[in-house]
Amino acid sequence: MTNPNAHENGRETIVEFRGVNKWYGDFHVLRNINLTVGRGEKVVICGPSGSGKSTAIRCVNRLEEHQEGDIFVNGVELTPDMRRIEKVRRAVGMVFQNFNLFPHLSVMDNLTLGPVLAQGEAKRDAEERAAELLKRVRIPDQARKFPGQLSGGQQQRVAIARALMLRPQVILFDEPTSALDPEMIHEVLEVMTELAEAGMTMICVTHEMGFARKVADLVVFMDDGEIVEASPPEQFFEAATSDRTRLFLSQVIH
Amino acid sequence: MTLSGIWNNPAVRGWLYQVVIVVGIIGIGVFLVGNAQNALSKQGISTGFGFLPQRAGFDIGETAIAFTSKDTFLRAYAVAVLNTLKVAAAGIVLSTILGVIIGIGRLSRNFLLNRLSSAYIEIFRNTPQLLQLIFWYTIITNLPRPRDAISVGGLFFLSNRGFSFPWFQDAHLTLLFAAFAVGCAAAWFLSKRAEESGRKNFRYAAWALGIALAIGLPILTGYFVDGSNAVSAPRLRGFNFHGGTTISPEFLSLLLGLGLYISAFIAEIVRSGIQSVGRGQIEAARTVGLGRFDIYRKIIFPQALRVMIPPAAGQYISVVKNSSLGVVVGYPELFSVNNTIVTLSGHTVEAIAIMMSIYLAISFVIAMLMNFYNRFVQIKER
Amino acid sequence: MNDSRPCASRAVVSHSPRRLPPQAADSRLVWLQRSFFGGIGNTLITAGLIWVLFETIPNLLRWAFFDAVWYTPNPEACRAAIGACWAVVPEKYRVMLFGTFPYEEHWRGVLVIAIILGMAVVSTIRRLWSYWLFVAWLAAMAAVFVLMLGGVFGLKPIETYEWGGLPLTLIMFVGTVVGGLPAGILLALGRRSTMPVIRALCVGFIEIVRGLPLVTILFMASLMFPLFLPEGMTIDKFMRAQIAMAIFFAAYAAEVVRGGLQAIPRGQFEAADTIGLSYWQKTTRIVLPQVMRIVLPSMMNEIIRAFKNTTFIGIIGLFDVLRATSTAIQDPSWVRYSIEAYLSIFVLYFVLCFAMSKYSERVERDIAVRR
Repeated sequence: MTNPNAHENGRETIVEFRGVNKWYGDFHVLRNINLTVGRGEKVVICGPSGSGKSTAIRCVNRLEEHQEGDIFVNGVELTPDMRRIEKVRRAVGMVFQNFNLFPHLSVMDNLTLGPVLAQGEAKRDAEERAAELLKRVRIPDQARKFPGQLSGGQQQRVAIARALMLRPQVILFDEPTSALDPEMIHEVLEVMTELAEAGMTMICVTHEMGFARKVADLVVFMDDGEIVEASPPEQFFEAATSDRTRLFLSQVIH
Repeated sequence: MTLSGIWNNPAVRGWLYQVVIVVGIIGIGVFLVGNAQNALSKQGISTGFGFLPQRAGFDIGETAIAFTSKDTFLRAYAVAVLNTLKVAAAGIVLSTILGVIIGIGRLSRNFLLNRLSSAYIEIFRNTPQLLQLIFWYTIITNLPRPRDAISVGGLFFLSNRGFSFPWFQDAHLTLLFAAFAVGCAAAWFLSKRAEESGRKNFRYAAWALGIALAIGLPILTGYFVDGSNAVSAPRLRGFNFHGGTTISPEFLSLLLGLGLYISAFIAEIVRSGIQSVGRGQIEAARTVGLGRFDIYRKIIFPQALRVMIPPAAGQYISVVKNSSLGVVVGYPELFSVNNTIVTLSGHTVEAIAIMMSIYLAISFVIAMLMNFYNRFVQIKER
Repeated sequence: MNDSRPCASRAVVSHSPRRLPPQAADSRLVWLQRSFFGGIGNTLITAGLIWVLFETIPNLLRWAFFDAVWYTPNPEACRAAIGACWAVVPEKYRVMLFGTFPYEEHWRGVLVIAIILGMAVVSTIRRLWSYWLFVAWLAAMAAVFVLMLGGVFGLKPIETYEWGGLPLTLIMFVGTVVGGLPAGILLALGRRSTMPVIRALCVGFIEIVRGLPLVTILFMASLMFPLFLPEGMTIDKFMRAQIAMAIFFAAYAAEVVRGGLQAIPRGQFEAADTIGLSYWQKTTRIVLPQVMRIVLPSMMNEIIRAFKNTTFIGIIGLFDVLRATSTAIQDPSWVRYSIEAYLSIFVLYFVLCFAMSKYSERVERDIAVRR
């Protein structure tokens, strides 16, 4: 395999998809995906449901397996080798649509569990960092509460803090606001925007076009398993080239 | 207020039905009790619980506390209850340990383990418990006699007189148990501190040390107190073993009949409990970097436990109740001892009432304990 | 974001056609490797299990098949062999299957077994579920009782205490379910009643029966029933055991039904009330059909358990299959081969229970699909 830590235009690439194909049984769910994400950059992937966008980002941390093609994360190639997968997972954080917080643990325990058990960090140090992160996501005094006692927006922000505890190179967002009541979407997007401005590399699957326009470096439109259009936000929203893209945009932005 | 108006009022009708039912039940009750008293007095048997302090007049094969035929019926009951609790507790422990292992094995990706666990569950679930019990009893009583016993390492012996193994002398059993408890507490404490330090090596060291303490502390204590007599090993003398301790064939077969049968059900409960934990939980745990073992320990099991407790409680109560099958193999638990008491004292109704109350009380206590534990581990919500 | 350097991220628009997945030539090998050897722990487990199987299976097979004696009327021949003595089964099967039933009348027992098993198989075909099936069952059971009791149609009369073996087990089983299920439904409904006396009675009954071992209930029925009846009136042992088994089943069935009742959304009850149905009409036409559909898997569990529980009647002196077998092998010349005899009825029970549990799983799947 050619040098995976390629530098494009003077920047490091964190994630690279090369000719990636995936099948569920006989169903061709990802078709020839070629995608590069540079360090510090934000890529937003949008598209109709069933287009494969969630599947694509779930391949980055091996929650899904690809059958053809290569995926490189932070210089490491993703193969069935468990050690590589663990190396990759240490560098990649993920925020789920349904938060997936651990309901039987307090917020503080949710945050410190990974670092203490998997990365050998002392609990006291982890708790200090966790407190800092909770402040950063604007819920400093919820540390002792349990997820079931928090609102959806608060839970998702805890989930973002949990991903940040790993000190990841890139964070994946899988429709982070789709399960939230409308009034709570704003607070989560705010946190994500701050994160973006602070320089975190992000790959977001989302329907929030306002967020994409403001934050993204590259907007990718996927439909039916393939990349239909990919361009910087100004070009994407004002002058989309493909008909399918235009149709989608007209349905989503009203 | 007309008569038909009153009749058609559902509330009135309701009360009327209830009055009729209560009167009817009391009537039937009086009728039945009258018949019984008639029959009993014809046989010259008095009623009442006065028979309890009377001399029992029979021996009991296995006793946890001292008992001879000169002791009272009341003491006989105590012995019987202790025997029941002993075998039930052992059965619950055995079925839980086995059930958890096989339940997890049933979910394993390893083809062999998966299929073998599945076979175990199907075999033990789809055959009658009584048949299994008789089967084990037949096998054990057909084992060679102590002289030709099957032995492991010269310390453990399996024969038709039961299972013999080295054990502490009775003398300071409570002290040893206390030492064991202290050892376990120390182990738990150590592992907690090690975990919080984060270093993986500390954790492994702490676990190894913990196990050593839990097992070693009682042995050390025994050594200090009794010298080398603390633990005795079974030695063949004449036709039987002396020293150590022996589990009788009756107890052993009842234990196997209870434990193995229920373990299949516990395995299914464990399996469905683990499967009830959402996939997203496991994905999130993997995302945060946890390995399989830690995911099971910290994420899956705590949540699965909440789902497993109510059905498991039912199974445990089942173990206690089915200990009554001991009557078939001759283990002197509550039911069989009660039968002897009925025959010898003639107080059928009272004895059966006592036995019923004891079983009901035990079931009730277990249900209460499980309920309490259930509420204790409930996930906090708004 | 507002960096002067050009953006490094890009994606290639693709227009590849849909195609089939590449045939993973070594997918079988990969699956094998993953499932047996993925990871140290896994490999150890596989190794350990294979070692255990290697040690036990060949010996087991040798004992059970290769060195076994399959048929000989002479127990001495079995003594000489080192393998299993399956010959005990052909020797004793009539006692094992029919217990104390008179020898010449065994054909009636065979007919009874055929009728009941046949009806059971027929009942599994959903399409045939209807009022006529119920009538068919009534007719079948009537025929069964005629065959077992005799006294008419020139059949020799046989008392219930002579019944035994598989016919007895099956009749006890059918009687338990048929008698206990309606009672259980009534108890469950009573438990939800608004009338406190009825509710208290039902709760009390259910909790007490469920808190007691089945053995004790059978014993009580066996010993205490005669005490409580007026002089001269008797119920034979079979009926006493049957009543006890039905009562036990009813209490457990009641809890299963109660779970189903709780699962029905309250809107159903309310809707039925608004269209003017009486309590009984509402219950039988709207509530119960839905409840039974929901609880069918759990109820099948209870039914299978009831079948296994028929072995308990051996403890009070009725000769079901298990008790009959235990008695059959008391024969001094065959007593050392008890294990083989028990293993064979092990297989019998396993086949029947496994079939029922597979059927139950199929029903569960059907229900899930229909939703």
